Amino acid sequence: MSDATVNPPATAEPVHDDTIPEGYDDTQDHIGLPHDTSTGLSNTKLAMWMFLGSECLLFGGLISTYMLYRNRQGDAVGPDQLWDIPFTSATSFVLLMSSLTMVLAVTSAQRRDERRARLWLVVTALLGGLFLSGQVYEFTVFYREGLGYTTSLFASSFYTLTGFHGVHVAVGIIMLLSLVAMLAKNRIVGDKAETIEMVGLYWHFVDVVWIVIFTLVYLIPA
Amino acid sequence: MAIIERPSSTPTATTEYVTPSASMGFLRRPVETSGWKSWAFTVDHKKIGIMYGVVAMLFFFVGGLEAVLIRAQLAQADGTILSADKYNQMFTMHATTMIFLFVMPMAAAFANYMIPLQIGARDVAFPRLNALSLWTFVFGGIFLNTSWVLGGAADGGWFMYAPNSSVPFSPTNGVDFWVLGLLITGIASQVGAINLIVTCLNMRAPGMSLMRMPIFTWMAMVVQFLLLFAIPVITVALFLLMFQRNFDATFFSVEEGADPLLWQHLFWIFGHPEVYIIVLPAFGIISEVLPTFARKPLFGYPFVVFSGAAIGFVGFGVWAHHMFAAGLGPISVAVFSVATMAIAVPTGVKIINWTLTLWGGKLWFTTAMLFAIGLIVQFTIGGLSGVTHAVAPSDTQQTDTYYIVAHFHYVIFGGAVLGLFAGIYYWWPKVFGKMLNENWGRANFWFMIIGMNLTFGPMHIIGLQGQPRRMYVWTENRAGEGFFNLGFWNLVSTVGTVILAIGALLFLVNVWVSRKNPPAPEDPWDARSLEWLTTSPPKEHNFDRTPTVHALDEFFHRKYEDVGENGQHDFKKVATAEELLAEEEANADAHIHLPSPSYWPIVLAFSMPVLAYGIIYSTLLIIVGAAIAILALFGWALEPPTAPEDDFDPPSPTDGGEPSKELVTSV
Amino acid sequence: MTMDSDTAITEPVPASVDHSRPDEHDHTITDKNLIFIALFLAVLTALEVAATEVDFVPDALLIPSLLIMMTVKFFVVVLYFMHLKFDSRLFSLMFYIGLVFAVALYGVMLATFHFFTG
Repeated sequence: MSDATVNPPATAEPVHDDTIPEGYDDTQDHIGLPHDTSTGLSNTKLAMWMFLGSECLLFGGLISTYMLYRNRQGDAVGPDQLWDIPFTSATSFVLLMSSLTMVLAVTSAQRRDERRARLWLVVTALLGGLFLSGQVYEFTVFYREGLGYTTSLFASSFYTLTGFHGVHVAVGIIMLLSLVAMLAKNRIVGDKAETIEMVGLYWHFVDVVWIVIFTLVYLIPA
Repeated sequence: MAIIERPSSTPTATTEYVTPSASMGFLRRPVETSGWKSWAFTVDHKKIGIMYGVVAMLFFFVGGLEAVLIRAQLAQADGTILSADKYNQMFTMHATTMIFLFVMPMAAAFANYMIPLQIGARDVAFPRLNALSLWTFVFGGIFLNTSWVLGGAADGGWFMYAPNSSVPFSPTNGVDFWVLGLLITGIASQVGAINLIVTCLNMRAPGMSLMRMPIFTWMAMVVQFLLLFAIPVITVALFLLMFQRNFDATFFSVEEGADPLLWQHLFWIFGHPEVYIIVLPAFGIISEVLPTFARKPLFGYPFVVFSGAAIGFVGFGVWAHHMFAAGLGPISVAVFSVATMAIAVPTGVKIINWTLTLWGGKLWFTTAMLFAIGLIVQFTIGGLSGVTHAVAPSDTQQTDTYYIVAHFHYVIFGGAVLGLFAGIYYWWPKVFGKMLNENWGRANFWFMIIGMNLTFGPMHIIGLQGQPRRMYVWTENRAGEGFFNLGFWNLVSTVGTVILAIGALLFLVNVWVSRKNPPAPEDPWDARSLEWLTTSPPKEHNFDRTPTVHALDEFFHRKYEDVGENGQHDFKKVATAEELLAEEEANADAHIHLPSPSYWPIVLAFSMPVLAYGIIYSTLLIIVGAAIAILALFGWALEPPTAPEDDFDPPSPTDGGEPSKELVTSV
Repeated sequence: MTMDSDTAITEPVPASVDHSRPDEHDHTITDKNLIFIALFLAVLTALEVAATEVDFVPDALLIPSLLIMMTVKFFVVVLYFMHLKFDSRLFSLMFYIGLVFAVALYGVMLATFHFFTG
């Protein structure tokens, strides 16, 4: 590891930015400034990336369990009978687009355009909700076609993996909507753009997990 | 306008309590600075560390009692003290309690208390998260142990192999309590890991590069990385087992086509890093203790750091050595066998460095030093038997026998436990402001050493003679004759257990008789690292002035100046600890911010056992638990980490120059 | 040794890691760029799906190409949407350790189940 000065210059005053919209409270913003930490990095951002690193191991375990059991359905229904690739492609596309709207929310927040940020956050939540609805619909179809949770190892593994992912999406949607409400009521403690960025990192991660699931579970032939 | 009293470092009996502003519009923040509420709602890493330690010590005796019962049962042939079923519960809970509820939380106690002090910080990066970890652990441990009275404890061994752990073979709720209890305590560890790593990386005092960080903090940080990446793996295993037991999934049902080895892999991918999680904190502790009492710096600090990191890293790659007899096939077995041999190397590096730290030093045999030296000797013995397990063919004879039990008790008790006790004796004066009695301490040490060797030494013999693990009885006609008679050695082992138990109790005696000792000095051991540049016990804000660090062993270098010539070291004392502390007080920082207490961590933690009981017994409880959790999460999110400045009383003119407390970190 | 605690450090002192590039808005990625990246991801997804529809592609070719496309999408989101390419290397380290461990550990586990060799 290379050595550099430990502490960023203390109390760098933000230069007054004429582009800050009226009424925007930027007193706790760190945008563009180093944090008052040994590495100059935000505690929260460091924590979030570590959390996401650990989540790789969580989803990795669920994915490998699925991969191990994907062909073990006995006489019951299997992937070939169940998958509706066009439908799942559509929901995957929706989730992908929600990642776009999420990052647009983050860039808006970093430009201190809070109205636009809240707008993009709402759209992200809606797209996430659409994805989740698609999942629920898909599961009910599968269930009607004979894939219960306990029908086979393939079934249990599939529902557990996609279920965990779905719960992560649901939690993400709750966070997004709570964020919008808290921004509107000016109840965010600390750097607003950074808080939005943190939710964004979580949301993107949930999206990349789905990128992996979509390919490994739906597309790769059994 | 509601106001909060400024926290003072010398709380007076006439402290008045005033109401803080409301969080969430209706719930007011706690403000008490004394009494039980100041402990229940604290976010102060020192109080949290003490609570971790006290609860962990309680569980040490719970696990110890379980061990005593096991040994009482095995002291004679065809024992009748425990039925087979009770015996299974006993060894399962003994291991689970000792590992998850004693060793890991005791290490967390040290990490929580010492890391901020060693790096010159005032608290950890996320103080409320720290409180959450503590209470989650406490409630999880209690929840797990209620199984004893709610139908029986878990009985599948601490490794809980499937399919034995599924309902047909483990019909009581014991395994459910185990699964849910470990999921809960796993949250504590995971959250704590993130917290402490960010603390170590981001909150070091100015001038403290990573290679000037005290060695205990380094080892603790490596442990947090191990936890960060290992806990998710056991989380997956626990969820799969939970879904199997509670929702009829078939993940481990062989008749449905499942592979029982899936559990073993998932468990041991966690389980092997877990044993390094268990022992590395103790390694870190004695790496502080040995130099202090040898009056020499740690030999080869960079080697100790890097070997610690190497142990952590390579430790992830050897898990299947717990599965040598499971039918993996020759290639897998060979690969893991070689990898396991490799991991002996960095451990050996540490042993060498510790020994060379002692070599040529002016040794001071305090109780802490005795425990530290004890670790070197006892852990080495355990390590040697470990190396014999790495050789897969010989492991085939050893596995599932008492030879393995001998190995891991030598490394866990001889390694982790002796190290933790070294830390307790070493840091007790700093934490509690009193010295522990050295004579009782010596008795504590010797009874433990003699006890552990009498208990676990014979297990090598009886293991190689074929006494299996996890068997509630041994019989006379299979006990062998002469020197190797199982009966004789089992009896010796049980006698050793009694001696060990006395040793443990002597620690409590020591705590009791020492409670009226005079106040301890600031630096009783003439130590080397920054945590000693504080009062005993430290003030609430730790340091009056954030120290600037110029060297490894910063505190030592402030007390001693090197006046040697021609490359020779000659250290002359230029300042006492008291003088240095006085200088810090005289130059105290004008503004010190501390994070404010909060209800939400303990409330959120409380929701978890409620949810867990709900999963076992009643959907209504799940809903109640979830509601409490959601309430707590929103309350937390809406509450500032520190109550706003204008919530605090303005400084009074008669304040005597006490620094006001302000924000230092961002969250 | 004099102790100047309140003044800035006067001598260069070693620090832990590469000094972070603060989250400057260095304008290397505009919103337009992000939309283009999203479009690229959509097209890649469509290609993935199309590849599975084509009949004459043998599995030995199909599976690696799907995995490659999946990996590209994964890293595009991580590096650009999550901004990892432009942020401190410490974040990358944290994430990639987890990712590499996951792939390696679970890969070895599946290998012991003969998953890759049937």
